[in-house]
Amino acid sequence: MPPLPESAQSAPPQAAPAAAPTQARTADPATGTAARPAAAEAGAAGAEGATGAAGAAGGRLTACPGCGEPHDPEDRFCGACGTDLAAPPPAAPPPPAPAQPAPGPVAPAPAEAADPADTGSFHLAPPRPGGDETLPLGFSARLSDPGEGEEGADDRAGEAGGSEEAESQTAELRGGRGQVCVACGLGGVDADGYCEHCGHAQPRQRDHQEKELEGVAAVSDRGLRHHRNEDAFALAAASLPDGSAAVAAVVCDGVSTAHRPDDASAAAAAAGSESLLAALEGGAAADEAMRGALMAAFEAVTALAEEARPRTAVPRHNAPACTYVSAVATGPVFTVGWIGDSRAYWVPDDRALPAARLTEDDSWAARMVAAGLMAEAEAYADERAHAITGWLGADAVEVDPHVAAFQPDGPGVIVVCTDGLWNYAESPAEMAEAVPADARTRPLAAARALLGVALDGGGHDNVTVAVLPFPATVARAGTTPA
Amino acid sequence: MPSLSKSNVPQFSVDVYQNEFLPEGGREVNAIVTVTATGGGTSGGRPLPGGGATAGVVVMVDCSGSMEYPPTKMRNAREATAVAIDTLRDGVSFAVVAGTHVAREVYPGGGRMAVADAATRAQAKQALRKLTGGGGTAIGTWLRLAEQLLSSADVSIRHGILLTDGRNEHEKPEDLRAALDLCAGRFTCDARGVGTDWEVKELTGIASALLGSADIVADPAGLAEDFRSMMENAMGKEVADVALRLWSPQGAETVFVKQVAPTVEDLTARRTEVGPLTGDYPTGSWGDESRDYHVCVRVRPAALRQEMLAARVSLVLPQPDGTVQVLGQGLVRAVWTDDMAASTRISPQVAHYTGQAELAQVIQQGLEARKAGDLDSATAKLGRAVQLASASGNEDTAKLLAKVVDVVDAASGTVRLKSKVTDTDERTLETRSTKTVRVKK
Repeated sequence: MPPLPESAQSAPPQAAPAAAPTQARTADPATGTAARPAAAEAGAAGAEGATGAAGAAGGRLTACPGCGEPHDPEDRFCGACGTDLAAPPPAAPPPPAPAQPAPGPVAPAPAEAADPADTGSFHLAPPRPGGDETLPLGFSARLSDPGEGEEGADDRAGEAGGSEEAESQTAELRGGRGQVCVACGLGGVDADGYCEHCGHAQPRQRDHQEKELEGVAAVSDRGLRHHRNEDAFALAAASLPDGSAAVAAVVCDGVSTAHRPDDASAAAAAAGSESLLAALEGGAAADEAMRGALMAAFEAVTALAEEARPRTAVPRHNAPACTYVSAVATGPVFTVGWIGDSRAYWVPDDRALPAARLTEDDSWAARMVAAGLMAEAEAYADERAHAITGWLGADAVEVDPHVAAFQPDGPGVIVVCTDGLWNYAESPAEMAEAVPADARTRPLAAARALLGVALDGGGHDNVTVAVLPFPATVARAGTTPA
Repeated sequence: MPSLSKSNVPQFSVDVYQNEFLPEGGREVNAIVTVTATGGGTSGGRPLPGGGATAGVVVMVDCSGSMEYPPTKMRNAREATAVAIDTLRDGVSFAVVAGTHVAREVYPGGGRMAVADAATRAQAKQALRKLTGGGGTAIGTWLRLAEQLLSSADVSIRHGILLTDGRNEHEKPEDLRAALDLCAGRFTCDARGVGTDWEVKELTGIASALLGSADIVADPAGLAEDFRSMMENAMGKEVADVALRLWSPQGAETVFVKQVAPTVEDLTARRTEVGPLTGDYPTGSWGDESRDYHVCVRVRPAALRQEMLAARVSLVLPQPDGTVQVLGQGLVRAVWTDDMAASTRISPQVAHYTGQAELAQVIQQGLEARKAGDLDSATAKLGRAVQLASASGNEDTAKLLAKVVDVVDAASGTVRLKSKVTDTDERTLETRSTKTVRVKK
């Protein structure tokens, strides 16, 4: 792999072409290359502090919901009371039917949400039962006030302890024991998820996932060609110290030639969104928080390589690796951060205005074009075109997070996606055409529609797409979308 | 994972290489399973205090009359056996058997085995001096005696080293067959042929049945070095009686299971059923080493985009209580797709070893045709062999082939049979035809 370009830090301006209707408000010059480690540290420290305070962030608990005993994120059962920590948070309502329309009409107007005075806290769409068995995916939430945070955690713990019935039901659903093959109905299911009788693979949690929080939605699908979904996403919402809302989406694509790509993407998405929220809540600037989140995600993926090492005698040459792209809407601006070839697009509501691609791929073709060595058509026709030159992983040559901030003129949506989608809608114009007109009010429906575009196109790769309406559409407490 | 800490069993890792994609209605699933054992032999070759694998080795030396013609043959055999004895590490049980039309204990005698130390090694070498040629060849009797000796000793790794220079003329082929059936699974055995009067198929048959190696020692002077390396190899074994366990789903049939590296060894017929969907194949003893297996199963096709576990390949070690310890496992999958590009791709590993297995086969067929006087067929088969050996980078086999044929163009497999081929070269090629090389990275 060629080393990452020194100039990559200056990629954001290229990413937002002059023709774009957005003004590239580039990152603070002070947070250049030299300041990056500091930013990363700040992000990590912020994450730690906030985690300790809140105690719970989505599926990633750090204290047992039953007895409050602290534990590691990798623990599957509580060491003190034996509670199944992999079980989804209890008291979750039944999963929303795929056909259920997004609560678009309920979503308040952007202006309303932007009102800083009342956005003290907000409710989030409930997670689906049957939580992920490997790493938490796609859900992360935080209460605004650090003081309230602890209270919230206690509430949560109380709920968890009290609803044993719900838990046992969930355990049954998850089929820890006595699960029967869905294909033949005869055999049991082994630890690898195959029928012990007919060998058929059982449906996996990550094959198709949908999540919707207020103001953001995402869909991830295995696609039609791949045998498993190595993409992952996380949605997150937080309150900034000034009371305004921040809504974020993180999308990661596991590098399939590496070891455990699915774990890599899940770990990166979880760690990145967590770090991002913590930093924003701590009052960090969005670009700084984004950079910290990328570094936190990098550390999470690197940690996977270390934990894999002692188990296998033969050293793995392909450490777990993934791409990362994230967008966060904060007030009148949104910030995009990425590494690798997953992308973010801006699609304005007013389709008369041009759409824009917000990220510059860390790929061979993009570098060839950027360096002026090849024409775009020629570079993308090359078989090396999609080889990525930047990724998160223990074997990354250098991790150089790209961060750019944008201030659009009008409302629209940010589409955050893996190449499983943009391969079928590469140019901003094509992407804008694929995005439904009501995407901003019905983000989940829009994400599903975009998945449909990718599957209709052939679904050659895993497809993950998050749709983030801008300005952030977040209701206040009391107007919960049930 | 079972606990591996209580014994000196090496860690097994299993890697599966395959193209899991099948076209609609496709049934045949091929995979190369690489099994690597590491971490054994941590005692640095010294015996472990209280525990670890204990080994027993019986050396069977052909003492038939032909070993005295020329007399250097017998002398070299004695010297080689002495070197092998010197290579024995302390604490290993051993015995030396002189083989003729009957088997005779040379050392220590009395139907038991000696435990190696400085004194017993010296006594054994002293006893070797008495070895002289005279009599016939009945290898089955040698193996039976070795089996008796090895089973008398309380050892977990049981190995034989057999040296012969002639055909098994003094017993019926059925007798040898029966002896091999008796000994299979009881001990492993390497077989060596010295000179040019022995039967290649007999020797490779013994090595196959007893999961050892077969080779020619063309020059008797090379015998000592060969015995030393065989003995070192035997001393490196840490775990015996490992079986390759294959699970495949209801309705699937196992087309074949072959070891394909370091040599081709078809294990298909050696399956022992252990359950309705599961069978075991013997793999013998393991030290620090890596072997490749080619597994081919035919499954019932499923619908497009469905995924099935076509086979679960595990390495298992039987325990005294009747259960097995799983040392490692890999999954062979099948996914049905309408993407032609995906389903028509052949795994490079599968392609490589399919070629290596064909290479071994065409060499044997070519040499047979040559012996039978069918020169056209021999030229075609050996030409194909040259082509395969060259394309796969199997240089050792290519060199051996070049002693039997004149290579005109290796890439196209154009060859001419050599008019004069030494018996040794032909024999060497035949014996070593099953040696494979691994996929170039």
